[in-house]
Amino acid sequence: MEQLLFYLFALGAVISGVLVILKKNPVINALFLIVVMLCLAGIYLLLGAQFMAAIQLIVYAGAIMVLFLFVIMLLNLDQEISGIVKGGPQKLIGIILAALLLAILLSVVGINQLPGKGAHPIDELANTESLARVLFTHFLLPFEITSVILLIAIIGAIVLGKKKL
Amino acid sequence: MIPLSHTLILGAVLFCIGVLGVFIRRNAIVIFMCIELMLNAVNLTFIAISRSLNSLDGQVIVFFVMTVAAAEAAIGLAIILALFRNRETVNVDEVNLMRW
Repeated sequence: MEQLLFYLFALGAVISGVLVILKKNPVINALFLIVVMLCLAGIYLLLGAQFMAAIQLIVYAGAIMVLFLFVIMLLNLDQEISGIVKGGPQKLIGIILAALLLAILLSVVGINQLPGKGAHPIDELANTESLARVLFTHFLLPFEITSVILLIAIIGAIVLGKKKL
Repeated sequence: MIPLSHTLILGAVLFCIGVLGVFIRRNAIVIFMCIELMLNAVNLTFIAISRSLNSLDGQVIVFFVMTVAAAEAAIGLAIILALFRNRETVNVDEVNLMRW
């Protein structure tokens, strides 16, 4: 049952991913990217990362993609200029390079058991609680630095959005 | 129990779909969306390996990757908006002022 759900979500993610890069309308691309994120959130649930699944839905699909849709609708683009590149060798070279990268990546993913073990074992507490225990003790410095990153992003976005810089 | 190699293959396929999108699309916003697709594939790989190694490190890294992706999306879209305001286009082929 778990495997069936995983293959369903995986198929949905791959098909939606392909449709993200093939469709012409940017709004349709954004909506298919949201479908990819929903399928990935389902896979995170199957892998036992419940907090990450909820955060993926709230932050990624609920905030970042909504921001994308705002910007797309603000720009109000014409549909013909947003298609696939029309140049001669560019499309073929792109497909060849992506296929080469896929071949390189697929040559190392035949692993089923990785050697070694990680530093913070998953205990029997709930996922949120055990994540919080690690995040606020061992990873406190990166946590505080991400708050500074978000502050910089807010200031940067406001400065870049002004009419006269 | 989902085998690790299947999840890694899914992550690799999604990553390469994102790479292909960055190569062949000409709209700056769609290129940015394919970068987000690549980030999602990397998140999936981290969580799968975190489950396989029975460690919480992968999930903490995914937490930080999502935060940085949110900040990057905000600033990147602000840059695209400023570009559109000056050039009236988001086609990356027409932003060629510094090309030889």
